[in-house]
Amino acid sequence: MAAYVARRVLSLVPVWVGISVLAFALSVLAPGDPVRQALQQSGIDAPSPEQVAEMRRELGLDAPPPVRYARWVGDALTGDLGRSIRTGEPVLGALAERFPRTATLALVAVVLGLAIALPLGVVSAVLRNSALDHVARLGALVGASIPSFWLAYLLIIAFAVQLKVLPVAGSTTPQHLVLPALTLAIGAAASLTRLTRSAMLEELSQEYVRTGRAKGLRERAVVVRHALRNALIAIATVTGIRLAALLGGAVIVETIFAWPGIGKFVVDSIGARDYPVIQGFVLFAGTVVLAINLAVDLAYVWLDPRVRLGGRARGN
Amino acid sequence: MATRSELLVESGAQAEEGLRHGGRPGVLRALVREPTAVAGLAIVLGMALVAIAAPVLAPADPAAVDGARRLLPPSLEHPLGTDNLGRDVLSRIMWGARLSLGTAALATTLILTIGVGIGLAVGYYGGLLDDVVMRVVDVILAFPALILALAIVGVLGAGIGSVMIGVVSVAWADYARVMRGLVLAARERQYVEAARAVGARDLRIVLRHVAPNVLAPVIVLASLEMGGIILAVSALSFLGLGAQPPTPEWGAMLNDGRPFIFAAPQLMVYPGVAISLVVIGFNLLGDGLRDVLDPHTRRG
Repeated sequence: MAAYVARRVLSLVPVWVGISVLAFALSVLAPGDPVRQALQQSGIDAPSPEQVAEMRRELGLDAPPPVRYARWVGDALTGDLGRSIRTGEPVLGALAERFPRTATLALVAVVLGLAIALPLGVVSAVLRNSALDHVARLGALVGASIPSFWLAYLLIIAFAVQLKVLPVAGSTTPQHLVLPALTLAIGAAASLTRLTRSAMLEELSQEYVRTGRAKGLRERAVVVRHALRNALIAIATVTGIRLAALLGGAVIVETIFAWPGIGKFVVDSIGARDYPVIQGFVLFAGTVVLAINLAVDLAYVWLDPRVRLGGRARGN
Repeated sequence: MATRSELLVESGAQAEEGLRHGGRPGVLRALVREPTAVAGLAIVLGMALVAIAAPVLAPADPAAVDGARRLLPPSLEHPLGTDNLGRDVLSRIMWGARLSLGTAALATTLILTIGVGIGLAVGYYGGLLDDVVMRVVDVILAFPALILALAIVGVLGAGIGSVMIGVVSVAWADYARVMRGLVLAARERQYVEAARAVGARDLRIVLRHVAPNVLAPVIVLASLEMGGIILAVSALSFLGLGAQPPTPEWGAMLNDGRPFIFAAPQLMVYPGVAISLVVIGFNLLGDGLRDVLDPHTRRG
C-alpha cells in the first residue's frame, strides 16, 4: 500500500511541472509589455528608457524566459508566488486566506448533490421506465443543460426577491451559503444522477446480482449492499472530478453571490490584469486538482480490493 | 452540466464497444425512431433557422437605443419587452442565436479538427511525439476546463476572439486522448493489418481505414460539445470577458440585466431560457445519437 501511494505521488511530479510551466507561460504569452503596464499602474505614462530598464530589472524581466521560469518555480516551491499588482498582498497568502471559503462552498455543494443524486439515481435504475424514472431523467437533463449563472439568478429571484427568505449576496451569516451551495448542488446532482442510474443499471445486470437473489437475499441487500457498493467506484470518480472543479474555484457562482473565495478573487484580478494572481491561481488550482485526483485513486483502493490485491503488491 | 471528461469517458467506452461489434447501418433511420433525439433535432434546427433568418425575423434593430422605451414589459410591439436602453429583447435574442450558434459551431469545428487530427496522428505513429503530446494533454486535463479557459482569456484580454482561443486550446485535449485510444484499438483490427499487408501507405491507412471507423463517436461528441461550448462562451460573456457591448449575446445580455433584477426581472429570464433550450436540444440529440450508435441499446 505504501509503495502504491509512493508510486502514484511520483507519477504526479511531471504533471505538476507541466502545470507550473503552463502557469508561467501565461505571462510570457500575454500581449502588451508588462513593464510599461507596471509603470502606468504607478502613474508614469511616458517613461524614459532608463525608467523602463530599471523597472524591467526590478520585475526580473531582464532574464530570458527559461531563467525566469526557474526563478519563479523555485520561489513557488518555497511558498512565494509574488505579490498581487492590484492589492499588494502576497499571492499565496491571499489564495490560502480565501481557500477555506471556497472549500466550504464546494464540500457543502457536493454533499448536497450526492444526497439528491444517490437515492434518485438508485431508485430510477431499480424502477427503470417507471414514471419516476422518466421524471428523474428529464430533471437530470434539464439540470445539466441550464447554465449555473442563470440558475443562480432564478434562485435569487425566487428566494431573495419574491419570497424574501434568503439574502441575495454576501457571506456574513450561514444563510448566505444556502443559495450558492444550492446552485452548485443542482448542477452536480444532475450529472451524478445520470451517472448513478447508468452505473446501477450496469451492476444490476451482473451475474452476482442474480446469484444474490437466487440465494435468497432480500432485494434491499442486493441493491444497496452489493450493486450500489460496486457502482460507487464510478460515482467516486465523477464526484472527485466535480469536487476538484469546485475547489479550483466556482468562479461564476462565487462572483454572483459575492462569496469571497478564490474564484471571485481571480475574476476580480482578471479585470485588473493582475498577472501574478492569475499565474498563482492556475498553479494553485492545478495543484489542488492533482491532490484530489490522488485522493480519489486512493479511495478506489479502499472501495475495490481488486485494485489493491490484483496489482504488483501481492500477485496471484 | 456533466463535464466533458465525464461524457467522453462514457462515449469513448461505448465507441470502443462499437469497434468491437463493427458496422452501424442506417444511423439516420434509427435516429428518427428515437423520440427524444427527434425533439433535440427539432430544437436545434429551429434555433439554427432563427439564427440564419434573424435579419428577416427580428421585429426590430437589435442595437436601436430608445430612451423613451426603457425596461418596458412585454407588449404586442415588443413581445419580450425592452431592456435598460430601450432595445427590443426578442430581436436581441434572435441575433444572439446567430452569435452563440455561430461561435459554438466554429469552436467545435476547430476543436474536433485539432483534437481528432492530433489524436489520429499520435495514436497511429506513437513514439516520442505520442509521449510529448500525451504529457501536454495530461497537464491540460488536470484543470477544470472553464478555469483554464478563464485564465487564458484573462491574460489575452476580453473579447469573443480570446474566448474562442481559450475554449479551443483547452477542449482539444480530451478529443486527442479519446481518439488516440480508439486508434490504438483500431490499428490492431484485421482490416488495418490487411491494408498494411497489401502495401498501403500510412496516410492512406489512417484516412481510409482507421478514421471512418472511429468517426461515429465523434459525431456524438460534436453534438454534446456544441452544448458545452455554448455554456462556456455564454459563461465567459456573462463575466464580461466575451462579447462586448452592444453585441447581442445571451450571456452578455444576462450580465447587462443584473442591475435591473428588481425593476425588470424578466431581463434575467429570457436569455437564460434561450441558452437552456438550445443546450437541451444538443444534449437530447447527442444522447439519441449515442443510443443509436451504441449496439447495446439499439433496438430492433
